[in-house]
Amino acid sequence: MATTDTLAQDTAATENPVAGIDQTKGDFSYDVSYAFDAGTGLNEDTVRYISSVKKEAPWILEFRLKALAKFRSMPMPTHWATKDLENIDFDKIRYYLSQGQKPKRTWDEVPDDIKKTFERLGIPEQERKFLAGVEAQFDSEAAYSNIKDIVAKQGVIFVNSTEGLREHPELFKKFFGKVIPTGDNKFAALNSAVFSGGSFIYVPKGVKVAQPLQAYFRINAENFGQFERTLIIADEGAEVTYMEGCTAPKFSTSTLHSAVVELVALKGAKIQYITVQNWANNVFNLVTKRGVAHEEAEIKWIDCNIGSRLTMKYPGVVLKGRKARGEVISIALANDGQHQDTGAKMIHAADETTSNIVAKSISVGQGRSTYRGVVHIPKHLKGCKNNTECDALLINTNSRTDTYPAITVRGDRNYVQHEASVSKVNEEMIFYMQQRGLTEGQAMSLAVNGFINDLARQFPMEYSVELKRLIDLEMEGSVG
Amino acid sequence: MPSLVIQDLHVAIGEKEIVKGLSLTIKSGEVHAIMGPNGTGKSTLSKAIAGHPDYTITAGDVLLDGTSILAQEADERARAGLFLAFQYPSEIPGVSIANFLRAAVQARMAEGEELDATAYYKRLYAKMDMLKIDRKFTSRSVNEGFSGGEKKRCEILQMAMLEPKFALMDETDSGLDIDALRIVSEGVNTLRGPDLGVLMITHYQRLLNYIVPDYVHVMWDGRIVKSGDKSLALELEAKGYDWVKKELALA
Ligand SMILES: Nc1ncnc2c1ncn2[C@@H]1O[C@H](COP(=O)(O)OP(=O)(O)OP(=O)(O)O)[C@@H](O)[C@H]1O
Ligand SMILES: [Mg+2]
Repeated sequence: MATTDTLAQDTAATENPVAGIDQTKGDFSYDVSYAFDAGTGLNEDTVRYISSVKKEAPWILEFRLKALAKFRSMPMPTHWATKDLENIDFDKIRYYLSQGQKPKRTWDEVPDDIKKTFERLGIPEQERKFLAGVEAQFDSEAAYSNIKDIVAKQGVIFVNSTEGLREHPELFKKFFGKVIPTGDNKFAALNSAVFSGGSFIYVPKGVKVAQPLQAYFRINAENFGQFERTLIIADEGAEVTYMEGCTAPKFSTSTLHSAVVELVALKGAKIQYITVQNWANNVFNLVTKRGVAHEEAEIKWIDCNIGSRLTMKYPGVVLKGRKARGEVISIALANDGQHQDTGAKMIHAADETTSNIVAKSISVGQGRSTYRGVVHIPKHLKGCKNNTECDALLINTNSRTDTYPAITVRGDRNYVQHEASVSKVNEEMIFYMQQRGLTEGQAMSLAVNGFINDLARQFPMEYSVELKRLIDLEMEGSVG
Repeated sequence: MPSLVIQDLHVAIGEKEIVKGLSLTIKSGEVHAIMGPNGTGKSTLSKAIAGHPDYTITAGDVLLDGTSILAQEADERARAGLFLAFQYPSEIPGVSIANFLRAAVQARMAEGEELDATAYYKRLYAKMDMLKIDRKFTSRSVNEGFSGGEKKRCEILQMAMLEPKFALMDETDSGLDIDALRIVSEGVNTLRGPDLGVLMITHYQRLLNYIVPDYVHVMWDGRIVKSGDKSLALELEAKGYDWVKKELALA
């Protein structure tokens, strides 16, 4: 059995790697002329500018302005989070850059200066091979967005946030900003003020989208902030898998990526949200992701964080309906100079809800990993279950790992299990592998891939192959 | 003819000298057995030759086909044809034997050359059959949860797959049951030939009945103090190390 798997992987590795997330390939940028530029720094005019170029309804501008006020009034969360947040200079960031607000439906229509970036990242090719739809965001707006005809015919809506709010307000307004309120945290407020791009997806009742929908987020400009906003609604019994990939060129100045992603799985629906990000190590990646799972619905976050200077991200599921299920599978790799502050939140709000968290972190050199988890099961509920597992792998003694699991489980009719481990890649193991002919980098990379193997196996093939390749690159770069 | 030449080798761990001037030449096609009491430096010798970073070579040299390998990293030495069957093989969680060996085979191929997966599995299964290893093992993590004997068998499987020029086998027989000892020995005998030189560390004459050595050396306190043919092993078994000790005292 397992050997056929390995054979299959072999073929996959040569025929169908997910392109574009490899940072060595992603580290380039082309000169692009932007027709729309909100300038540098953030004030009410910036927000008004963004709203006006998008020709938004008045309620959205109002929503944005309120969020801006909220953002300004909220302190940096440095009382619990890293002081490195203070190094973000909001006055030096460019909040909106685009060539236009309407994404093209065919690659031929995408302007050359932008198209060549996505071609170099291999996105059009991937789309042809195995995706149901693609949105390719370039700085603030989607340059391309398309969905296969057969999927569109089933009534699936896959558009960017501007279009979603304009064309389908009755559908999206109901949930927009409801899963993650503006004041949830400072960066959610910032996103709510200046959001642009991201996907709005609606899958009608009972429709199961067989192939994944994919979004690709590309930062091209220096000193830029990308603030996409995604809302996915799976109606009763619907199923959808969404994958996102992200890269940015490596600039000497810092770049900000601060997204908000809201998921709504109605009764019996299933949403799987997969992220494989490989940011350049000047990116502050501060993302809020949360889903609400209604009765018997299931939300699964698969979150792979590689790269960035600082990532703070704790995907969550609010288990709102009876028998809802939530899962977070998280892999974080912190190399030298990087801090992966990741985790998960499971808020149980109905009987017989179950949640599962498996978080694996790898710290290399001066890299730092932090796990933060929240599991909340109030006293009046019964038959709830949570399983939390966090494992850390340290490669070389300077690495640092912290675990902050906050599990508040009240009442005796619920069941919780928590396991944590910290292990080190030991020298004898590396020597053993080197003795078989592998370089130190290959040996490290194999050890790391082994550590996450049980998780990577749950990913769609294309992504597990890509993840392995990213780890290989990271590990080979990490030894002298 | 290919050779592994150990010249007046001195090996220290930290400040402590363990191997104290050891010389030995192994030619391709030969099997040398090293016997010696516990703690005498046999494993230290084999790991130092393989390039373990904790072991400092303070004097002497090791030549593979006439070229010193001391400046090479462990993996370069391995790819140059040196194999160490470990006394205590490491566990590699989450990495299957099939994937591990595939990476090792791939590491020996020229850049850009693609591994033929079908041919690879065919070869792997053939070697496993030879060593009577259940095919289920291909998907098990390397050495994880293996019994002592299974680990040793897996070492020989790796050796069979990687086809080294010189193999250092450190107590491959220890931990093997009677049947396994025979199977593993037969496996090694199949690999034996004009293109392979073997340095076999063992405590037991019994192994040498199966894998008959061309030479037997006795190691004592970091040196080879006595060499002979296979009859030396029998003599050693009959008389014990006290006999060697007495001879040393007389010399
Ligand atoms: N990493 C180490 N640190 C300190 N001392 C060590 C280390 N490795 C080996 N030694 C010491 O070096 C000496 C030789 O050890 P070695 O393992 O080479 O012996 P050996 O001949 O293989 O013994 P055995 O027959 O028991 O396997 C022993 O005294 C041992 O304690
Ligand atoms: Mg030993």
